[in-house]
Amino acid sequence: METFDLLMQGFSTAATPINLLYAFIGVLLGTAVGVLPGIGPAMAVALLLPVTYSLEPTSAFIMFAGIYYGGMYGGSTTSILLNTPGESSTVITAIEGHKMAKSGRAAQALATAAIGSFVAGTIGTALLVACAPVVVDFAVSLGDPSYLAIIVLALIAVTAVLGGSKLRGFSALGIGLAIGLVGADPVTGQQRLIFGQPLLVDGLDIVVVAVAIFAVGEALWIAAHLRRKPMQTIPVGRPWMGKQDWKRSWKPWLRGTAYGFPFGALPAGGAEIPTFLSYVTEKKLSKHPEEFGHGAIEGVAGPEAANNASAAGTLTPLLALGLPTNATAAVMLAAFIQFGIQPGPLLFDSEPQLVWALIASLFIGNTLLLLINLPLAPVWAKLLQLPRPYLYAGILFFATLGAYAVNLQAFDLVILLLLGLLGFAMRRYGMPVLPLVIGLILGPRAEESLRTTLQLSAGDISGLWSEPVAVVVYIIVALVLLAPLALKIIRKRRPESVLLGNVPQTPDETAATDDDGGVANGYANGDNDSDHDKEHDKDTGSALPEHAGSSGGDPAEPAGRHRSDKIQNERERS
Amino acid sequence: MSIVVGYIPTPEGEAALERAISEAANAKAPLVVVNSTRGDVFVDQRFVQSDAAQALDSRLAASGVEHILLQPMGGNDAADEVLDAAETHRADLIVIGLRKRTPVGKLIMGSTAQRILLQAECPVLAVKA
Repeated sequence: METFDLLMQGFSTAATPINLLYAFIGVLLGTAVGVLPGIGPAMAVALLLPVTYSLEPTSAFIMFAGIYYGGMYGGSTTSILLNTPGESSTVITAIEGHKMAKSGRAAQALATAAIGSFVAGTIGTALLVACAPVVVDFAVSLGDPSYLAIIVLALIAVTAVLGGSKLRGFSALGIGLAIGLVGADPVTGQQRLIFGQPLLVDGLDIVVVAVAIFAVGEALWIAAHLRRKPMQTIPVGRPWMGKQDWKRSWKPWLRGTAYGFPFGALPAGGAEIPTFLSYVTEKKLSKHPEEFGHGAIEGVAGPEAANNASAAGTLTPLLALGLPTNATAAVMLAAFIQFGIQPGPLLFDSEPQLVWALIASLFIGNTLLLLINLPLAPVWAKLLQLPRPYLYAGILFFATLGAYAVNLQAFDLVILLLLGLLGFAMRRYGMPVLPLVIGLILGPRAEESLRTTLQLSAGDISGLWSEPVAVVVYIIVALVLLAPLALKIIRKRRPESVLLGNVPQTPDETAATDDDGGVANGYANGDNDSDHDKEHDKDTGSALPEHAGSSGGDPAEPAGRHRSDKIQNERERS
Repeated sequence: MSIVVGYIPTPEGEAALERAISEAANAKAPLVVVNSTRGDVFVDQRFVQSDAAQALDSRLAASGVEHILLQPMGGNDAADEVLDAAETHRADLIVIGLRKRTPVGKLIMGSTAQRILLQAECPVLAVKA
């Protein structure tokens, strides 16, 4: 019952008017960035970090948590009404959701997404309350060798499991680790990678790097691809559900939650794999399999529950181990460091008020989100009529302001611009951003554990596997690296794909994604980083309308075919 | 020799189109319908999507006038696109729709109609919704 008492204390902190206000601001901002494709919660949190320096850490984190949860809600609105995922985690939602909207059931799709998100978010947060203390008890017994092994697992898993191209993933990870090395060696004080710049001795500020990669890189990328054929949203009234819809939704909600939470908690989790698994499961279990591909409500309810449950799952390792498993969690970890809070297993002991208020605010935020999303989804969709130049001008303004505010030195602006160009180049060449951010944030922590381990074992390398947990984790790392190879060999023998075979790929289904976003394509690319994924969608989606506008011909037919070929290729490669 | 009309799917746009069709039928001149977007938003309600464009096309065909539907996305202002089309198709007449604007709204947003009125080389017929 100790946990329960702590949680109730958390509620009393989170329910103060000022914290409620921040929770409300957080969910509003989160829904907004969720609705807008290309802008995700990770970018929003990074941009807001410098602004929140003067706040109580508790209030700041309550707001960040609201943004994170809100992004998951907002993304589904865009997926359903526009067939362009607002967030990478809602890619799957678009498959059935947009079909439902097209056949006049947008209100039900939005309702099942919002209520499913609420149900899953609440259950997920309750699971977080139940699991986190257990994980902490386990984690405090871990020594540096085990901790290092777990970080290595997170780095490898995020890079190797997610994303289509391992080469690109590991390149991005390498860049992130290199950026993390800049500055003075923490043990010997030796200067590393500073190129004679005394200002670099303190290392690169994580906020500056995150803002540069997420915000500046994205803004430059949008500037390079500004003109695009506008799409059509499907007009919709107030979301509601009939009795039949409830009956068909509640089981997928629960199953989606069951998929989402554990995957979110795993180092390589993210929301993409569980949403996909949930979709496949619902398709198999559905009593109306014929409706799949034409707008089945189960195909919206399951994945939407899964992505919100995974958001709760992600917070478990973040709070209990200090281990981020997606971009937003990584930026939130950076926020802990900025506020001078040491993330890790001791967080629950050292900052109980903050942690429990944060968890309590998740329950509150979830309820607020249901209240503002259920009646107002059509209003949120209006955000999509905002001209991009205004939007990105605002983002660049905040990015510059934030980067300058960190240390009040102009040098940071140079860094911001240079890394922004790096972020642009990564988007241009299809490199995922997530490994870079995770590498940047976990790299120094991995180094610290490595140095301590080696100091304890007097430089003997066997100290690295001196703990049983470390050995087990290294075996998992080996499996993570070898499993895809093994799968590839199996797949070579059997030409049809084993894992991804259930993605809708009948000709009419792939063709149906033609004019708007290439949803199936986006998934088949397998880019699981939140910002990056949408880039691909937009990229492939934008190529055609440029021809379409002037010629007036209908390019949908050949384009659809071309795309399904491309999906096929992607699938074979992955 | 042609008639250019700036079209958006709103009452004033419809009024302009109606009038332009009858003008084109009277003058037996080809009708150039311009429906443009800057292409910098995800959703532009004023841009005619493919389904609606087909409906528009068949409606024009039914009216019996020779017609072209232009949907430029060059990132230019709608006024520029209409004026461009008027120049390339050597228009005798430009038809546009007008809507009510408060003085403040006009100050902030500028006016597409005003630019066309001032910069067009040919007569401009402004229709009120």
